[in-house]
Amino acid sequence: MLLVVLIVVAVAVALAVAAFLLWRRRRPRVTDVRRDAPTVPAAAAGGLASGLAPTRRALGERLAGLFGGRLDAAFWTGLEEALLAADVGVAAAVGIVERVRAAGPPDAAAARAALRRELAGVFAGRDRSLALRGEPAVIVVVGVNGSGKTTTIAKLAAQLQQRGLPALLAAADTFRAAATEQLGVWAGRLGLEMVAGQQGGDPAAVAFDALQRARARGKEVVVVDTAGRLHSKRNLMEELGKVVRVLGRDGGEVGEVLLVLDGTTGQNGIAQARAFTAAVGVTGIVLTKLDGTARGGIAVAVERELGIPVKLVGVGERVEDLLPFDPEAFVDALLGGS
Amino acid sequence: MRSRGGYSPSRAERGLIAAPGYPAPVVFESLTSRLGAVFERLRGRGRLSEADVEAALREVRLALLEADVNVGVTRSFLERVRARAVGAEVAGSLTPGQQVVKIVHDELVTTLGRETAPLAPARVLPQRILMVGLQGSGKTTTAAKLAWRLKSAGKHPLLVAADLQRPAAVDQLEALGARAGVPVHADRATTPPRLAKAAVKRAGELGCDVVIVDTAGRLQIDEVLMAELAAVRRAVEPDEVLLVVDAMTGQDAVNVARGFLERTDLTGLIFSKLDGDARGGAAISAREVTGRPIKFVGVGEGLDGLEVFHPERMASRLLGMGDVLTLIEKAEAAWDREQAEAAAEKMLRAAFTFEDFLDQLQQVRRMGSLGQLLGMLPGAASALGTAEPSDEALSRAEAIIRSMTPSERRAPKLIDGSRRRRIAAGSGTSPQQVNELLRQFGESQRMMKAFAEGRSPLPGLALPGRRAQKMTPKVTPRVASKAAPKVKKKR
Repeated sequence: MLLVVLIVVAVAVALAVAAFLLWRRRRPRVTDVRRDAPTVPAAAAGGLASGLAPTRRALGERLAGLFGGRLDAAFWTGLEEALLAADVGVAAAVGIVERVRAAGPPDAAAARAALRRELAGVFAGRDRSLALRGEPAVIVVVGVNGSGKTTTIAKLAAQLQQRGLPALLAAADTFRAAATEQLGVWAGRLGLEMVAGQQGGDPAAVAFDALQRARARGKEVVVVDTAGRLHSKRNLMEELGKVVRVLGRDGGEVGEVLLVLDGTTGQNGIAQARAFTAAVGVTGIVLTKLDGTARGGIAVAVERELGIPVKLVGVGERVEDLLPFDPEAFVDALLGGS
Repeated sequence: MRSRGGYSPSRAERGLIAAPGYPAPVVFESLTSRLGAVFERLRGRGRLSEADVEAALREVRLALLEADVNVGVTRSFLERVRARAVGAEVAGSLTPGQQVVKIVHDELVTTLGRETAPLAPARVLPQRILMVGLQGSGKTTTAAKLAWRLKSAGKHPLLVAADLQRPAAVDQLEALGARAGVPVHADRATTPPRLAKAAVKRAGELGCDVVIVDTAGRLQIDEVLMAELAAVRRAVEPDEVLLVVDAMTGQDAVNVARGFLERTDLTGLIFSKLDGDARGGAAISAREVTGRPIKFVGVGEGLDGLEVFHPERMASRLLGMGDVLTLIEKAEAAWDREQAEAAAEKMLRAAFTFEDFLDQLQQVRRMGSLGQLLGMLPGAASALGTAEPSDEALSRAEAIIRSMTPSERRAPKLIDGSRRRRIAAGSGTSPQQVNELLRQFGESQRMMKAFAEGRSPLPGLALPGRRAQKMTPKVTPRVASKAAPKVKKKR
């Protein structure tokens, strides 16, 4: 460990210095490039590359166009691009198209059916129910900044309440300004109890307090909100690990660690799922913001690569807009219905 | 220039206060190495043939798509590269692969805007800036960062909490405003257009010369909310309408950017969360479909985590080329130059001691967190694998060294069993840990020796010094360090 630190520091310093000196030599007397930087003239808004037009069309339309034609090279490229345009990602898109192609469909209709089967196959055979295990059952909600954790928790808590399970909310986002207030507004609206801590306080302590409180009050479910964090920030991921560990103490059981993934996310979603899983053992994914124009194809890549089930999807601002994930419906939407 | 005061003690303590520069993610194979493989058999050719270019462009296409550049944007981008690349001469010092990367890089920089883009000046005071975007893109945080940045530049900003949609959004902006020392105009019992209008008036009364309006996140296809935003825009008559886009956005970035452009007449873009490891291809997509410049990028959760956008760096990031330039700039900002030059010399002679190391530690600390720095070294992450060092471990090393006497620091050989126990007790570590550090210090001296001799100490770690060497063959790092001209201090 330390070895690595030393080497890295030393190399970083040496590199920086050497590179700097060389750079200076090559570009003598460089003044601050930022200071006199000229304005960029804003290009004309109308000057859009005509090559972009196809991407405006929904995947379904693109596929509809494809499925009318012959099975030539352009067809397969088009199929791949259609998947790529839905954020399925290079590896998954190439892999899926190859398999469809290998199945040797005689015509476009057969190719479409094969594609549908391939995509559905990615989601097959995984348990997507929420595990309400433990006394109380603990659900920890994690994700990067702005993915929709707090809103998801509000919807989830409302639905649990409708099922006769009033959850205790734990406001363990002690970092972001007014995060506790935001969850508090929801708790107030729903008439749910919330445990909060000090701004800047220890999130694990808040989570543990909430667990203790839930036990004392005989609550059946605790839902823990955590601060948004970029998965690449190691110390913040360690902090999150502590939150989950603490909840597992004294016979506690964390039944669900839900990763909230923004449906507009591109290929970084895989890195997010991987890092959060490594840190806190993600048990399910909530794919949010699917009411926009994004297709959420990253879910295909994540399930295909990591096998983590998408359990819920967010399709709007209302409480009832948090839905159980339905693979069939998702694949149909990805392919443009029908 | 960079102040650390005034924001978030909790994360500042954890070493997360943002420093300038946006580290490039290094988790993917870089385009350079991919193209290296394509061109292996072509080494030494003078001109790029059509077949060469096609082979290369296949790799470029995958790299762009993996970086989340929109499919359509990728297609038109590749057309432009193809036109430039076929028949291009391979410069003497470059391999064909490097030549293609250079063309791609140049075209990326052109697409991204070539220059940095400052804020448009006020037509009438106060200057008006409207922040718009999807839910969760980072508008509120960015608004506060921008206010802080303008305040640091001597302006008097007023923040306006016009997000009346999300619970506690107003509280959030008020809290951030308090941290930044910037007044916040809020009124929970009105409509956003009215609020914005009142805020502009209020700015006059408060003597504020910039108004920054934070709006609620909304989908570009939400007719009702987009109409409201258009009304806010008419009420404010902004000099700037800035779309905040999450750097992790995928293919949909084009639809979002286009939607906001049509309804709010965007003037610029801001990319948030670039301190993560997303490649940020959405920047290319949004820039291309809107034609609007990218003005700033968000690189941290601290108020100082907003930077002027540099197309060159983004291009390097997109291609996975690391961000040596940013590293250099950081070093410039944080380092005592003479000290650094002396240290570099010592290091290149492999004669440095624990005392020098301690100095360097301080300097490195000033440059930002270790993770950020690492991200900027091309190939460093893959070379180190999972053994990513933590700032904690750095602190431990520092504690151990601080518990040594000056003579021990200069000559670690002095440290015997009893000294080791004393150092361990003094630093709150164990003798084993002290031992480990000593052993590794020797190891790292060996590494530095390797570096000084121009060999890469870590497999796969590209040395910018060597790269530079290729371009200016007569200057080796050693010569450079000795012959380095005295550099004038800036500012």
